[in-house]
Amino acid sequence: MSNGHDLAPSRAAIDAKLRKILSDVLGLAADDVAAFDANTGLFGHLPELDSMAVAGLLTEMEDQLDIIIEDDDVDGEMLETYGGLLAFAEAKAVEA
Amino acid sequence: MTPFTLVNWPCHAAGCGNDHSEMALAFDRGRKVRLLVIPALFDEANKLRRQTINVMRRLDLAGIDTFVPDLPGCNESIASLPQQTLAIWRDATVEAVRNFKVTHILTVRASAMLAPDGLPGWAWAPTGGRQALRGMIRARTIAAKEAGRPEKTEDIQTLGRTEGVELAGWQIGAEMFRDLESANPAAHLIEIPQSDLGGPGLWLRAEPDEDADQADTLATILSNALELNP
Repeated sequence: MSNGHDLAPSRAAIDAKLRKILSDVLGLAADDVAAFDANTGLFGHLPELDSMAVAGLLTEMEDQLDIIIEDDDVDGEMLETYGGLLAFAEAKAVEA
Repeated sequence: MTPFTLVNWPCHAAGCGNDHSEMALAFDRGRKVRLLVIPALFDEANKLRRQTINVMRRLDLAGIDTFVPDLPGCNESIASLPQQTLAIWRDATVEAVRNFKVTHILTVRASAMLAPDGLPGWAWAPTGGRQALRGMIRARTIAAKEAGRPEKTEDIQTLGRTEGVELAGWQIGAEMFRDLESANPAAHLIEIPQSDLGGPGLWLRAEPDEDADQADTLATILSNALELNP
């Protein structure tokens, strides 16, 4: 269904890009990241994800999803689980 | 395989002390093609060190001499890190070019800002000063928020420009901070984008890592180009 305007990227496309970014940042195989579900813990749960790695993750998200992430956007909720991060990315992509 | 050597080189770059020497890691057999490798900067220096040396080992096997110098204020340098500026690091790069009589240069990520004019070479996944600062400032705001004493990006930038600031453990002086905000990769280098290496940038990882396939690919790109245009 097209209304002639640019449509935001589909959820599946954002999900795929986000998993690829996480695989790059965490150094995990694609299969491992494919097994992440909405409740998979991220910041505070994965030792690979320290503040510098989160900074890299957010910067990659900005560059690859074409979004801008402000200081105030970054909170424990969006970073705590994969589902939280995906919901955040989707909301930002709609805004952009 | 040539064993690498750790060598002193005299660094007279203005502003970083008189007559001091810096260290360099060298694969030097007096061969015709001599490549200066300027290391990645700041937090990426540590993450990319191992991979950078792995690429140099492969270039050694391909018959290319390589040298990676310490920049003033980094590693074993006696120069003070917070007193460094991009101008000093550019001068130091010119000194290293002269000392090692190199024919070509390879920059790694943000060190593309330091490449002197007139020396041909390549920029591996180049990035500018603003991008280098962006990641480190963001890491600081995230850590500060986590510690319950939030800081704003704008406040860190103001501090950086006026007094200097510590980012990712690196003491960045005010002049260096202001330099970085507007510095771009040297335009005359040939870019080797990370996407050409068949894998993700290792600077994204929390810890230093290595990737043999990526090192093979980068060394092959460079050695092929140097054979065509030695």
